[in-house]
Amino acid sequence: MDIETRVIRIIAEQAVLDPSDVTSGNTLEELGIDSLGLVESIFAIEEEFDISIPFNANEPKNTDFDISSVSSIISGIEKLVKALN
Amino acid sequence: MKRVVITGAGTINALGTSVATTLEAMREGRSGITDLEFRDVERLSIRIGGQVREYDPAAAFNRQQLALYDRFTQFTLIAAREAIAQSGLEFTGDLATKAGVILGNSGGGMTTLDENYRTVYEDGKNRVHPFVVPKLMNNAAASHVSMEYNLKGPSYTVSTACASSNHAMAQAFQMVHGGITPVMVTGGSESMLCFGGVKAWEGLRVMSKDGCRPFSANRNGMVQGEGAGIFVFEDYDHARKRGAEILAEVAGYAMSSDASDIVTPSKQGAARAIAGALHDARINLDEVGYINAHGTGTAANDKTECAAVADVFGQHADRLMISSTKSMHGHLIGGTGAVELLACIMALRDGIIAPTIGYQEPDPECALDVVPNEAREARVDVALSNAFAFGGLNAVLALRKIA
Repeated sequence: MDIETRVIRIIAEQAVLDPSDVTSGNTLEELGIDSLGLVESIFAIEEEFDISIPFNANEPKNTDFDISSVSSIISGIEKLVKALN
Repeated sequence: MKRVVITGAGTINALGTSVATTLEAMREGRSGITDLEFRDVERLSIRIGGQVREYDPAAAFNRQQLALYDRFTQFTLIAAREAIAQSGLEFTGDLATKAGVILGNSGGGMTTLDENYRTVYEDGKNRVHPFVVPKLMNNAAASHVSMEYNLKGPSYTVSTACASSNHAMAQAFQMVHGGITPVMVTGGSESMLCFGGVKAWEGLRVMSKDGCRPFSANRNGMVQGEGAGIFVFEDYDHARKRGAEILAEVAGYAMSSDASDIVTPSKQGAARAIAGALHDARINLDEVGYINAHGTGTAANDKTECAAVADVFGQHADRLMISSTKSMHGHLIGGTGAVELLACIMALRDGIIAPTIGYQEPDPECALDVVPNEAREARVDVALSNAFAFGGLNAVLALRKIA
């Protein structure tokens, strides 16, 4: 399974949606994921890929990790996974 | 109803091992936040905190005592000794039967828990020390204070996360105010600065890696502290009759629940607690000179708290001072309201307002007089102490200068 599919599966589970209803253009807000849901999603993604995501809930916009949309999250993870290998 | 005054105060925290040293640090705007030192700290991403230094448990307590006292109990007993000595009270006869101790605490014996989990899970041992349970239970500190000082009245521990101490002190106030007892020992303590304690907080992604900067636009989270604050609450007439030194009057309090979110604070819930405390204490808005803020240094708390203060006080919000001493001693969670009450006492009694240190950039969402970086001299007649906990449980105390 590619990274995009795996991330969408995690986000869909958090949003209680079918993965087919989540597109990379969605924002987390559109999917009904609140701040707690975001922190839980990040934890699930870290566990899935065995990576550390630099995210501080106090400055969500002020980190290297862009959470503005599903696609930005996916590309952030792709970078982190690449750095790992 | 009885008037309630404070006739004793004691503390140990990252700023000092007594009230005098703590207030001196607050006057000087000194930070007690340093690099954490404990086993496995290198496995944490958050490595700073307001850890108590210059403290040797073996010098303060004997071997038998240490087998029963978790760090949060040790801190409590040290602070209680100072507070009760200052009050000059001895608990015998009728006073001993009536007086009790109500303390705030959130994590209980977290260090004990951490060490013993390590023993059975990591070291694979199958045996733990026989006193693990009496050492880690949340009421251990209250029980040891009651035993040490012969306090036989109503005694228990209140656990409402970051508002625990304020809820506990409100309950103690009510006991004296209602005439159930002429004296109560109250306050709170916490010691979560161990690997498991900090690791759990790390997970929530609300901790700062580099410092506590309440109300500053570049704040990036809370920093934990540890320690205890203990007070003697006494019936005013009882205190006057025996010629006790009165530090301040506890004029009233209010508690409220947000009933909305488990971690996100609510402006309405906070505002109801602040307004409720003023109403309970029969205090006019314009009498309030100082508020010791909850001021955790998180994005959410500080802007919500400032909005609540602005809502309650209207134009007077721009004339009062509000500071967060967590910038210096860190967030003591269940013990934080108790240590912060010392800043209110200093404002009322000494006319010195503790600063919010680490303040670097104004935040339009926190546009109040936060007493940035340097203590200030000012006459204050009424001070409030805010505590707004995770779980949406709020408690605000109102203190008045004693004439």
